[in-house]
Amino acid sequence: MTQYLLALYKADDELISPERSRQVWAGVNELGDRMRDAGAFVFKSGMEGGAESATVVRQSGGDFQLTDGPYTETKEHLAGFWIINAADLDEALEWAKLAAVAEQRPIEVRPFFNGDLDDAIAANAPAAQ
Amino acid sequence: MTVEAVFRREYGRCVATLIRFLGDIDAAEEAVQDAFTVAVARWPSEGQPPNPGAWIVTTARNRAIDRLRRESIRDERHAQAHLLYGADAQAADHNAPAQEETVPDDRLRLIFTCCHPALNQPAQVALTLRLLGGLETPEIARAFFVPEATMAQRIVRAKRKIRDTRLPYRVPAEAQLPARLQPVLAVIYLIFNEGYAATADSLMRLDLCAEAIRLARVLAELMPDEPEAQGLLALLLLLHARSAARVADDGSLVRLAEQDRQLWDRNLIAEGQAIVRACVQRGRPGPYQIQAAINAVHSVAPSIDKTDWHAILTLYDQLYALTPTPVVALNRAVALAEVRGPAAGLSAVDELRSSGLDKYYLFHASRAALLRRLGRTTEADAAYATARSLTANPVERAFLDAQRATLN
Repeated sequence: MTQYLLALYKADDELISPERSRQVWAGVNELGDRMRDAGAFVFKSGMEGGAESATVVRQSGGDFQLTDGPYTETKEHLAGFWIINAADLDEALEWAKLAAVAEQRPIEVRPFFNGDLDDAIAANAPAAQ
Repeated sequence: MTVEAVFRREYGRCVATLIRFLGDIDAAEEAVQDAFTVAVARWPSEGQPPNPGAWIVTTARNRAIDRLRRESIRDERHAQAHLLYGADAQAADHNAPAQEETVPDDRLRLIFTCCHPALNQPAQVALTLRLLGGLETPEIARAFFVPEATMAQRIVRAKRKIRDTRLPYRVPAEAQLPARLQPVLAVIYLIFNEGYAATADSLMRLDLCAEAIRLARVLAELMPDEPEAQGLLALLLLLHARSAARVADDGSLVRLAEQDRQLWDRNLIAEGQAIVRACVQRGRPGPYQIQAAINAVHSVAPSIDKTDWHAILTLYDQLYALTPTPVVALNRAVALAEVRGPAAGLSAVDELRSSGLDKYYLFHASRAALLRRLGRTTEADAAYATARSLTANPVERAFLDAQRATLN
């Protein structure tokens, strides 16, 4: 089993009608139940507020510097996510399809790190001279 | 058979088997290359084994086991962490799905992994040629006019995604098969078309057409009950049969209408036609089968005038019903011109204008040819000029220039 992140993004200026919000809410709850029944569910949540609710914390010398706003300046922000268990990418993609329907928006699928630490260290290291 | 010939024929099958055994693409490639190194050293003096492919697999497997034994605990852990889902090494202690037992050839799993829709198409193409075709990265880079470093990066990235996302190494279940087969067919067709369009630099380029046919043969052989896999093979055979007639001695392009049909490869045509007939009997048509059927009609015609254009128009109607794209509509309009005359063809072509075809050089080239037949020389000249401005292919440009030059 691998854990996958199903992330959903929302345009900063996107407005959603109350009917659609209720529809999404119902669909998302139903999908959550389905995932629980299948043993795939780990966690899900939506973010409070949009990009403006974000604060970035940076270590700066001996102190910390706080920045108001998200880390990357984009027109979209992370609106919520699911964490699921799946045997492989195909299984995760099947859940993502259901999530795309329930959330009524595209879903980004990412595997959580599950490999060898030494290998990951090597992968991130600059090329040897 | 030389070691090199064995390599070309057996590489994909050997790597596919070793991936199942080792659960890791890089380790499998390394093991198979090790085995071929041994073969190069031994076969000339000891003679070639009766089944070279099986010998390579056994040798590669033994080498890989030796390597794993030699390696430290950390590396074993590392090897375990990288196992591809669906690979035997891991599936052995689970209840592997029954369908895995029936997979006749590991290459089929490999094809579906290389052409997984989670990988972008350039990556699918590169991986397919690298792993199934056994082509070296620089060869693939040259074939697609991409810098070697870019192609290497593309392959590394795709392999990493397969590993990191646990992209499964297996043939999709029946329910997903139609959707999952589409990118596989598209990749093989794209490889063929790259080769087909490359007349000018054909000497510098790898024979992508032959490579695509090889892959289509493997797929058709591994999926005998999949009519579209058969249809794709038939289509490629029938198109490839005309390759000698498609290019003149000076390297210029020869259209179907002007081709010397004596130069067509009768064996390839016979093979393609036999497949088309079997597809028709099966009665489960699809876009590749219909395109093959269209080319089968051309292949029996002694000349362009004696072509059964009614049959071709009917087939284009069927094709358009399945895949209503502007390009199919354009081809249908060209067939219509042969059945009902250039005026009817031209008005059908002109009706398509708004559909995004305006940037497609063949749209303007087709218009130009019809205007020419109607004696509307000035308009034809303008349409040829527009067509020329929309293609960068030197062979196509030369063809359009020649057409313009003979307008008056």
